[in-house]
Amino acid sequence: MNDFTIALHGPLRQVAGWMAAAIVGFCATVQAADAPNVPDTLQQRIAACTTCHGVHGEGTPGSNFFPRLAGKPAAYLLRQMQDFQNGLRNYPPMEYTVRHLGTDYMREIAEYFSAQQVAYVRSPAPAVSEAVLQRGAQLVTKGDPQLKVPACASCHGTDLVGVEPSTPGLVGLPYDYISSQLGSWRTHTRATVKPDCMAVVAGRLREADITAVAAWLASRELPAHTRPQPAGSVKPPLPCGVLSATGDGS
Amino acid sequence: MRWLLRAWLLVLLAGLLALGWLLFGDSSQNSDSQPAVSVEMPKLTDPALVAKGAYLAKVGDCAGCHTARGGALYAGGRAIPTPFGSVPVPNITPDRETGLGQWEFADFWRAMHSGVGRHGQRLYPAFPYTSYTRVTRDDAWAIFAYLRSVPAIEQRPRASGLDFPYRIRTTLAVWRSLYFRQGVFQPDARQSAQWNRGAYLVQGLGHCNECHAERGALGGTAASVHLTGGQIPEQKWYAPDLSTQQNGGLHGWSEQDIVDLLQTGHSAKGTAFGPMADVVAQATQHMTAGDLRAIASYLATLPPRAARPAPRSAFDVAKIASAGEKIYLKHCADCHGRDGNGVAGVYPPLNGNSAMSEPTGINATRMVLLGGFPPATAGNPRPYSMPPFAQQLNDSDVALVVSYIRQAWGNKASIVRPDQVSTYRHTPID
Repeated sequence: MNDFTIALHGPLRQVAGWMAAAIVGFCATVQAADAPNVPDTLQQRIAACTTCHGVHGEGTPGSNFFPRLAGKPAAYLLRQMQDFQNGLRNYPPMEYTVRHLGTDYMREIAEYFSAQQVAYVRSPAPAVSEAVLQRGAQLVTKGDPQLKVPACASCHGTDLVGVEPSTPGLVGLPYDYISSQLGSWRTHTRATVKPDCMAVVAGRLREADITAVAAWLASRELPAHTRPQPAGSVKPPLPCGVLSATGDGS
Repeated sequence: MRWLLRAWLLVLLAGLLALGWLLFGDSSQNSDSQPAVSVEMPKLTDPALVAKGAYLAKVGDCAGCHTARGGALYAGGRAIPTPFGSVPVPNITPDRETGLGQWEFADFWRAMHSGVGRHGQRLYPAFPYTSYTRVTRDDAWAIFAYLRSVPAIEQRPRASGLDFPYRIRTTLAVWRSLYFRQGVFQPDARQSAQWNRGAYLVQGLGHCNECHAERGALGGTAASVHLTGGQIPEQKWYAPDLSTQQNGGLHGWSEQDIVDLLQTGHSAKGTAFGPMADVVAQATQHMTAGDLRAIASYLATLPPRAARPAPRSAFDVAKIASAGEKIYLKHCADCHGRDGNGVAGVYPPLNGNSAMSEPTGINATRMVLLGGFPPATAGNPRPYSMPPFAQQLNDSDVALVVSYIRQAWGNKASIVRPDQVSTYRHTPID
């Protein structure tokens, strides 16, 4: 019952190591005092974020869920926190956590994670058939004209690494996370400023397509460059509120 | 069986209704609710009056209920969950059809002061007229002026989600006779002006007692119960006792500690979280230093409380606490200290913190599971946060560490069981 050892996966082990180092360092300097020595850093302040998303926003691949934040466009990350605050995007632990943060603080946090450059750690790819993967590849790279579904790459960038300032990359994300997000758009538990182009696209997908897209994205090898493409380098086929002048969080 | 219970309840309520009427009458139609507006009252469009009303609307945290998350200011559109079903929140913008556009001040006064709606219907006490009845006519006039000045939004309230028999408003006559005492705040001449201002804000617009007191089976607060702490219905948080004296929930808090918490969201003695974080973010951080000091001076005079009997347990408390200490040292001591005294200005003390030692253990359990940020305020715009442990610790580990904290140092509270922890694993949002 009292198992105090916790299975630490890659990034968590990193966190633990970092914390241990901090404790040792602290003990060496101030042995007498009981009060902990707290560094005045953003990293220290946002422990509530890094528990799941990793100290450098690398995500928690072992969880198969908590997404990577590192390197995603800052305006995208800020927009997500605002959508959680406004109840547009529903995930109670996130809604609770960001509930009373101010815009400036959230922007600082978004810029911190956006600036992080840390190696990707892959989540396990799901066991699906070759046919499913092929369907996924088709949807992601070419779309499905019959369903009026544009290729993911037409907005998220040729290599799916995202586009500044507001379009996230789709590489290196866990299968469970991608499929649950697409599902959330269909059930309106993930929404954003209107017109909500992702809600339109997700609504046109068939349910099996969600599995196919998520499985192919999660299985794919990472491209050589993972920084988002520059702003204006794609021409989205649908009107998107997040890409309009007021959609950048300002 | 449910229908039988309901039928029985109805009979009981009918009996109580008759009895209540005979014994107390119903204050809703009393002449005290006549709203004669004195001639010297400023015009509704007077900018100074509107500004005063805007401030008082903050103090009363009207937006806390009347604004949906992400919704238009004061346009309602949400529902307040209660043990009796959900109560739709009305639109209080000046929209003619769906808001207060057709209300006269007399209507507004009657709602605030008597808990009666524009059509004479008794209002559900999710609207805290039990406290707002203490508000002076001048202040109500200012709030009314302010509400007339905000943009009109067309939005109909949701349909009632109240269960039978509570959706029958007649049942409220009984409730009112039990729990509602109508009357504007009467200053106590023996006390200072500051104390009286604090008492007025706490008992009236601040409506602190709506959460910080135990509610009975019918959802009301007995007149004798004042700020002695209570579990908040549906939200599953515990609002602690607010006495700073012996055995009080804020024992050892200075007036400055109270001001700090209300103004910045944290103090040397504790941090605002859960529903109180909402209150600080939306209401108290916007209050003047003078009003906050007044509140503190009033709370400082709340009487000492009776000692709670030492918790008794069928379990070996010492053994549980020592197992919990290992978890504490591993996950908590880095920030809150081995001695539980926290880090001044950064991490709150757990030793002597009523959030840890309140009677139920709900708050400590929730804090461990949820972690999170204190409210970001002008005085603390970049708060330090706490990691959520819901993913890392199972129910027994959470129970052990919370039990340890509740027994360690100067804390002497009951232990928490794993099955209680599992009750609080969901995340409260609205």
